[in-house]
Amino acid sequence: MVDIAFGPQGDKGPGPTNGRDAYLDLVRRRRMYGGILLVLFVALMASGFRLAESRNAGGFIDGLPQVFAFPSEVISEAWAKRAEVPGLIWAHVPSLIETINIAAVSTLAGGLAAMVLALLSTRGLSRWPRLTGVFRRMMDAFRAVPEIVIALVLIYLLGGGPVPAVIAIALHTSGALGKLFSEVAENADLKPVEGLTSVGATWGQKMWLGIIPQVAPNWISYALLRFEINVRASAILGFVGEGGIGHDLKLAMQWGQGRYDEVVAIFLLLFLTIVAIDRLSDRAREKLVRGR
Amino acid sequence: MAVTEFPDGRAVLTETVTRNFTRHSRMALAVPAVICAYFVYIFFAFDIAGIAARLRPDNAVILLSDFWSYKTHVTRDNRSGRLSVAIEGEAKGAYPEGQLPDWVTQAGDTTVIDLGGGNIVTYDAAGARYVVPGYGTIDIAPEDGKLRLTTPEPLPDWINASDNRVSVTTDAGRFAYTRSKVETFRYQPGWELFFFTLDSPFAGKGVGELAALALWGERVDPARGNLGYMLSEFWNNRMWRHGDVAWAMFETVLMAFLGTMGAAVIALPLGFLAARNFMPLGPLRFAMRRVFDFIRGVDGLIWTIILSRAFGPGPMTGALAILLTDTGSFGKMFSEALENIDEKQVEGIRSTGASAVQRARFGVIPQVTPVLVSQVLYYLESNTRSATVIGAIVGGGIGLLLTQAIITQKDWEEVAYYMVLIVLMVMAMDSLSGWLRKKLIKG
Repeated sequence: MVDIAFGPQGDKGPGPTNGRDAYLDLVRRRRMYGGILLVLFVALMASGFRLAESRNAGGFIDGLPQVFAFPSEVISEAWAKRAEVPGLIWAHVPSLIETINIAAVSTLAGGLAAMVLALLSTRGLSRWPRLTGVFRRMMDAFRAVPEIVIALVLIYLLGGGPVPAVIAIALHTSGALGKLFSEVAENADLKPVEGLTSVGATWGQKMWLGIIPQVAPNWISYALLRFEINVRASAILGFVGEGGIGHDLKLAMQWGQGRYDEVVAIFLLLFLTIVAIDRLSDRAREKLVRGR
Repeated sequence: MAVTEFPDGRAVLTETVTRNFTRHSRMALAVPAVICAYFVYIFFAFDIAGIAARLRPDNAVILLSDFWSYKTHVTRDNRSGRLSVAIEGEAKGAYPEGQLPDWVTQAGDTTVIDLGGGNIVTYDAAGARYVVPGYGTIDIAPEDGKLRLTTPEPLPDWINASDNRVSVTTDAGRFAYTRSKVETFRYQPGWELFFFTLDSPFAGKGVGELAALALWGERVDPARGNLGYMLSEFWNNRMWRHGDVAWAMFETVLMAFLGTMGAAVIALPLGFLAARNFMPLGPLRFAMRRVFDFIRGVDGLIWTIILSRAFGPGPMTGALAILLTDTGSFGKMFSEALENIDEKQVEGIRSTGASAVQRARFGVIPQVTPVLVSQVLYYLESNTRSATVIGAIVGGGIGLLLTQAIITQKDWEEVAYYMVLIVLMVMAMDSLSGWLRKKLIKG
């Protein structure tokens, strides 16, 4: 009954020519904006790079051929002394274990703190609903402080050892994981909580029995991802501060030529560990989130 | 025993359910037990008990008081008799000759220092005296190369005396007398000389006075306006180096920006090469993925070391280190995002006879853009934090200033200042990236 086919009626009505023009106009405008944005972005990158290069000790072009100079020097020396490398790898295993322990403890402690913080800062689950904002800001602040700042100050107070690194990484972890945990908990089903409320459960019981079982797979998966990140962070903190394989690496690097076999041994150990942990946690997360 | 009464399938079911329940309750106990056991192991492995012995409470006191207060050293060289007053005892905080803070008065050989609350220290030709209210006068005079101390007995534990050195610590300040010099420290709240150093013509003026000077006051320096002069004095403050700090912050953000965006630009085409649905050549795809794995596995720390050998210290090295590390992460994430796209849109574009590049541009990019943009922005924010650490290793940006201030172990007020700035910077980047994400993805 309704004739929806438009004939070639010139300019009257939303004819194909008219609509086409409008569409092309729109596309042209969008392309122009996109083009302007792209030009701006490229200009920003280029000028930023020029600026960074001008404030750098060595230029980009001059340094480029030397990128491989140091690795090849290190590898050739290590190759000459290759017989000693396995022994050196073995010798550094204790520091590696310390690094992994730092990461594990801080992930665990930070994760436990994040659990509490996340539940307290999720609307609908919080023990004190009015304080959710306070706990949120607290997590933001924990997340914003770089680990190195806390670690270096604590080294001054606690006098070295692995504990400053643990506290620093744990604090950061509690902020970072707390945010992710709270996002997961927001989507949790509230029916189990209602059921538990009806039988007079306390807040702790409601969370432990009603919410935690629902969110556990996702939470553990995030915590594993964080563990990967924390292993790297703990190696870096060792390099800047004290403790673990990072510190060994710094000592070997400071020694320079003559100890490059040790540098290679530590590189290898760190590389293999990181790859192994990535693989294991990838697989475990796959299992957790997608079901076995 | 009840199980045997049901010889049918129910017995099996009951058994399974019971077994599952026991397993579940065992797990519920085992996981906390394992975690506790691990903590016990760590307690011994990390020597937590020994922490108490290694803890340095005096350092904590210095740190905390330095965070919010500063001290002024009033020092007399006992050999030459020359008096110097310097904030934090640093040359750049020294009062110029003939200028003294209002709580120090000098007349001839006698110097009187009013520490407030009735605490008066006097340096004179005979030696030095410190009047402590509620206790009495501590009188020190050098005699035959030794120090003779006269105080009300018994000696309290806040006075530490030997033949060569007498030191007194009270709430009002600290006082130390040795044969070569006598020193008094007065603690005052605040961050000293934050705006202007003492050699600046604007030092020690109030807000109203400064505003008046800036707006209608006579020119201090006839060559330029007061406001410009003030800004330049503030910017070039030798004690706090605001100009250098601002540059360092900018360098840090620049490192994060260049590194993240550069990595995204490089990883996008490489991501196509590693995605199953765009790269039919298996071996090349495999090689590409191993490259990403390798870059990620080597880790930012090692890349940073290698690159700083080649390019020297500075922000470009830091940017390149972030770029290299993130190329691996982005490559992996982008190729995964590309593998998860909806093929129908690509098919639609293909039906119009589009080339491979056109299919990628109009069929794929619009689909993956939201995912990629949100990941890139997330990394931008987290790299701002990493850039602080990388800056400490490569020697650029705020990370370098921070580690230098911490290593000297005395400028804790500067450490506090940098910490506040870093936290503000990271939070600003956090909200900027959140705002951009909302704008770009939701349109």
